[in-house]
Parts: sequence; structure tokens; C-alpha cells
Amino acid sequence: MKLTVRYFAVLRERAGVESEVVAWDGPAPDVEGLRAHLAARAPALGELLRGGSLLVAVNREYAAPGTPLRDGDEVAFFPPVTGG
Amino acid sequence: MEHGGGRVRVQREPFDVGAETALLTAGSRRIGGVALFVGLVRDFSQGRAVTKILFEHFPGMAEARLAELREAAIARFGLIDLVVVHRCGELAPGDQIVLIAAAAEHRAEAFAACSWCIDELKRTVPIWKKEHAPDGAVWLEAHP
Repeated sequence: MKLTVRYFAVLRERAGVESEVVAWDGPAPDVEGLRAHLAARAPALGELLRGGSLLVAVNREYAAPGTPLRDGDEVAFFPPVTGG
Repeated sequence: MEHGGGRVRVQREPFDVGAETALLTAGSRRIGGVALFVGLVRDFSQGRAVTKILFEHFPGMAEARLAELREAAIARFGLIDLVVVHRCGELAPGDQIVLIAAAAEHRAEAFAACSWCIDELKRTVPIWKKEHAPDGAVWLEAHP
């Protein structure tokens, strides 16, 4: 399955890309599975992906670590919001 | 895509408070008052001089959350209408950041809705600010 991963703010800068397509073999992961995979892959970004305040949205809705992922999902990782 | 009937927007351009208020009040003669909150860029933040702020948002999700916020505020405070506009891109000290305009039959609901909306916006809408200072730039940490 393929997932589109997007990053915002400091995570976007650390990742060096705004988005990427991640090809996933094997059983479909949940948000936590994808996060752990991405964190292990890139140490600089991983530090931020392991942070306790990380927020995640799946298809533009806030998601939890246990949210299941399906082929074609858009998964966004970002820090706590600071608008206003 | 338009969200909240054009009543919520994220835009680069400045907003015209008078025009937004006119839009808000044009459709009803039950409105007894409009409360406004206009957020501005300060030239000083957390002990540092600020030369500019970059606002980044999650296109689509930010507008959708603002539309949800608008619906929730209308229901919670019995508002007649509500406009929320947030700017994105690079802003300088003195520039407008955000407008919340709440129209209600009575002032108490309008004031309360404005206050609640800006708090909720800061907590839930995917927008981030990077403050630029003479000695470098930092992404702001969320306020507790």
C-alpha cells in the first residue's frame, strides 16, 4: 500500500521535504507503526517524531496512535499549533 | 473549496474590518451587537525583538477546522453569525494576523464567543508561526 506523508513547520524543515510517498509492505500499519518506521529511518527527523507533543492528522482529521491506516491515506505530522 | 459559506478563510491579503462587519450584519436585523477581536503582530515576543513572523498553515485542514470552530461557536453561544479570517505568509510588526467577528442579539454572547473562539483557534487550528529576530528565527512553542 502507498501512503502520502506530509510534514509541517519545524518537521517540514527537518524532513527537508513537504511530503513524500511511503510504500508499505505487509500488514497495514496504524499511525504509531508509521511514526515508528519514519522515526527509525531518519535520526534528525526522528527526534521530533518521537516527541511527546507530536500531532497527527489522517485525511485532515486529528488522529490517535491507534488510528488504522488504509491504502491512499494522507498522514500529516506536525508540532503543536501556534496560530492566532 | 469554500468553507463556512465564505465566513472562514485563510488568506495572504489583509482584511478590511469594516467590510467584514458589513458582510456579517447585512443578512439580519436581529443583530444587537458585533464583538471584534483583531490579532496583530508585535515587535517584541518572549524577550526578543521580532522583525517578521512567517505563518504556515495546513491548506484544507486549517479551513475545515475553522469551519467546525464557527459552527461550534454559533451553537454554543447562540450567535446569529460569525466570521473568522486568519492570514498566512510573512507578516511584519503592526500587521493584522486574525479577525474574529461575532454577531449576536446581545453583547454578552458576542464578547464570550470572541474570547472562546480565539482560545480554541490557538489550540486546534493547524497554523504555526516562525518568529524572525535579528539573531535568527525560531518556531514558536505552543503556549500551555
